[in-house]
Amino acid sequence: MNDNTTLEQRLTGWEAGDLRPPTFPSADVSYVVDDTAVGRILFARNDSGALVATRYVTDDQAVDAVLDRLAHSVSPRVLRMPAALDDARHQFDDFLAGRRHDFDLETDLALATPFQRSVLETLARTVGYGERETYGGLAKAIDRPTASRAVGAALGANPLCIVVPCHRVVGSHGALTGYAGGVAAKEYLLDLETAS
Amino acid sequence: MNLPPFQRLVDDHWRDVARLARGLAGPVDGDDVAQQAWTQAYAAYPGLTSTRNLRGWLLTITHRCAMDLHRSRGRRAVPTDDETVLAGTARVDGPESGLVDEDLWGRVSRLPERQREAVVLKYVGDLDHPAIAELLGTTPTMSRRLVSDGLKNLRESA
Repeated sequence: MNDNTTLEQRLTGWEAGDLRPPTFPSADVSYVVDDTAVGRILFARNDSGALVATRYVTDDQAVDAVLDRLAHSVSPRVLRMPAALDDARHQFDDFLAGRRHDFDLETDLALATPFQRSVLETLARTVGYGERETYGGLAKAIDRPTASRAVGAALGANPLCIVVPCHRVVGSHGALTGYAGGVAAKEYLLDLETAS
Repeated sequence: MNLPPFQRLVDDHWRDVARLARGLAGPVDGDDVAQQAWTQAYAAYPGLTSTRNLRGWLLTITHRCAMDLHRSRGRRAVPTDDETVLAGTARVDGPESGLVDEDLWGRVSRLPERQREAVVLKYVGDLDHPAIAELLGTTPTMSRRLVSDGLKNLRESA
């Protein structure tokens, strides 16, 4: 019996040498997590190349939460594919260094609800680089003048942070209220745009 | 069906798939078998109807890929519990090089085919007898017997 135990342990503990992880030519959803000047961001794009997420992720749970949403709303075939996000990451680097004022990227608000989409699309269309808007002003712009609280929530759920510039929306007296990436990141972005 | 992101399956199970593939098909073919298993799993994933036992699902695909390769190489892998066949000397190229515990794995690779499969599925795949029986097209009782005969042969060949 002892012999068997040893034998079983050797079989179970077999290290099969240098193992290689699998590789895949492409994915329905490609993503990468990258440290940027304003914090750690998860970048993801769909199989036609459109950016579907640029979300601040402060810890592993936040990463998992975004990946779960992508799996549910876009496709479960989500894979870590850093090279697929190189272009988006380079444009982010340039933007965060003040070398670029807008993004040349296809986007898809697949992670947003219809209401969030209307808020975010209006924001992207109407509030340009270096400009600011208030929650109330944005609520008026979507013909829901009393919905500034709901507008704030929609901005907080923005799946495309920085690309859809929710950092340009401030309190009615200009206060830098909450931001997914933290108030310091919001301040960095607004200062950057004011300086450029 | 709320499926988890596929990357989580890769991160959680790629080592198990690679080990089982090498155990079943040897170090050279094993890597191809593992890669093929992942390609098939990726293709089939959106149609999956249950997330219970994703590891078992992946190891089943790995086993099937190893058997497909085995058959395509012209070696017969006829599922049978026939005593004379089980006692026979059907062999495949087992783990030979670059492996820890080469002596043991050389001996595993020389086991009769069904015993070798059962031993690898049990100890490398960490699968239970009902699961092994299903993969081998036999009963849990027979799976238990194949494993214990395999262990006996391994001890005797030491």
